[in-house]
Amino acid sequence: MAITTEDVLHVAQLARLELSDEEVERMREQLSAILEAVGKVSELDLEDVEPTAHPLDLVNVLAEDEPRPSLTPEEALANAPDPEDGFFGVPAV
Amino acid sequence: MSAIDTLRLSAEEATGLLERREVSGRELHDAYLDAVGARDEQLHAYLRTVPEPNGEGVPVAFKDVISTKGVETTAGSKILEGFKPVFDATVATRCYDAGLTLLGKTNMDEFAMGSSTENSAYGPSRNPWDPERVPGGSSGGSAAAVAGGLAPWALGSDTGGSIKQPAALCGIVGLRPTYGTVSRSGIVAFASSLDQVGPLTRTVRDCAHLYRIIAGRDPCDSTTVELPAPIEIPEATELKGLRVGVPRQLNEADGIEPGVKESVDAAIRLCEELGASVGECELPLSVEYGMPCYYLIAPAEASSNLARYDGVRYGYRAKVEGDLGKLYERTRHDGFGDEPRRRIMLGTYALSAGYYDAFYGQAQKVRTIIGNEFRVVLEDFDVLVSPTSPTVAFRLGSRTANPLAMYVSDVLAIPPNMAGLPSLSIPCGLSEGLPVGLQLIGPQFSESLLFRVGHALEQAIGFDTVPRRLR
Repeated sequence: MAITTEDVLHVAQLARLELSDEEVERMREQLSAILEAVGKVSELDLEDVEPTAHPLDLVNVLAEDEPRPSLTPEEALANAPDPEDGFFGVPAV
Repeated sequence: MSAIDTLRLSAEEATGLLERREVSGRELHDAYLDAVGARDEQLHAYLRTVPEPNGEGVPVAFKDVISTKGVETTAGSKILEGFKPVFDATVATRCYDAGLTLLGKTNMDEFAMGSSTENSAYGPSRNPWDPERVPGGSSGGSAAAVAGGLAPWALGSDTGGSIKQPAALCGIVGLRPTYGTVSRSGIVAFASSLDQVGPLTRTVRDCAHLYRIIAGRDPCDSTTVELPAPIEIPEATELKGLRVGVPRQLNEADGIEPGVKESVDAAIRLCEELGASVGECELPLSVEYGMPCYYLIAPAEASSNLARYDGVRYGYRAKVEGDLGKLYERTRHDGFGDEPRRRIMLGTYALSAGYYDAFYGQAQKVRTIIGNEFRVVLEDFDVLVSPTSPTVAFRLGSRTANPLAMYVSDVLAIPPNMAGLPSLSIPCGLSEGLPVGLQLIGPQFSESLLFRVGHALEQAIGFDTVPRRLR
């Protein structure tokens, strides 16, 4: 299954991933080869098969709505690249 | 006592030494750090070690995907360089509560994506049996540390074979647990419906001990369940009454090296000698469609999980002129290596409008038929056996040019994972002087049975886990 340069650019935009022109071309070739291999799943007629999202038969797990200790603002910001007055600093949107 | 043979000491023996006060925790910790000093420049099993033990118990190494409070945790990625978690993963806490102490954080393929550790942003690890060869991956650092005598035992994580395959390639024991039995809280997420933490050890009994410590329900991970029965430490050395199934497609797949097949066939004959009955069975769809199914589901989940790395709250941030969108795009470009980028792209594509049903939706249905196929076979057999990896450890660089060549490394390890089944890899012999791994697969929650079978075979095989060149 061959994908186009436009496909790669569109998906990179969805994934918020910058790619150089050379990387776009390499990605196009590699993704085409991988999709060719994994596209094999579409050979099977699975109209009536239920999808599996999770390997165990779990029911919903509910928890009491009780407050527990959580991170302090200082801990939450401890790894931030550019903390500012107790906030995560970012460039203009 | 100062002469601690770190290449041979099992964690169980180390526990005995501590209990009898023949060594202190400090001496044990230092003995492993000395071994790291002597051999890790070559093996590069560790990304960092901890100079001071956090207690008096048996040391353990953690794959760098496990969050350790105040100790840098990178998941092998540049995008997490310098990241110091503000809390411990539940598995870390459970180890500490059981008296284990942290020895260090081991190298891995970036975000656990790979089968050789060559995708680590910090350089590859090497196989203690032959440093020209890979230790497997993605938990290759943990496997190399245990096989190379740089840790008594270690934790890794397994999404599509990342514990079993390196255990096989390094000649040690590795358990991929039943999905949902080990907490994922505090584990850097790759593919959440598949990720499981598990032990890499030198003996099956050590594996059972470490699994017993980490397994069980965790309120911080709602996908975990309580074990239906306590884990038993294996004692038996025979297999009377056991029904062993040999899935034809898992044992005759293309690319299985003759030496690997020979070694596994000998182990199967040994099962019979130990009293088991052995029969052939079929898993045609699981083997043919397991890998394509995995390489749609895992990247799709990864593309979602890795969306959090945006340079805002933690981790690497690119220096850019421009707006927030540019910051995201450049940070992710510079911070991620080739393999995570490829999987983010593949996963995003498989989930995107117009392709969801054909790829991700279809793969989830394939997952159902794989589960069904295993369920039927496991009505007739107690355990299934196959090689863990089609080949012995391969040379560094030999599979890096073509992503698909690397993906094939896990073709035999993936199918049980898709069904949420536990599987254990034990060393069963040598081929071309390199270890061969035997994969034992059982029904969900059958870890005690896998340990019993693995232990009996281990005793009968008598494999020496010390790499030949280090004896």
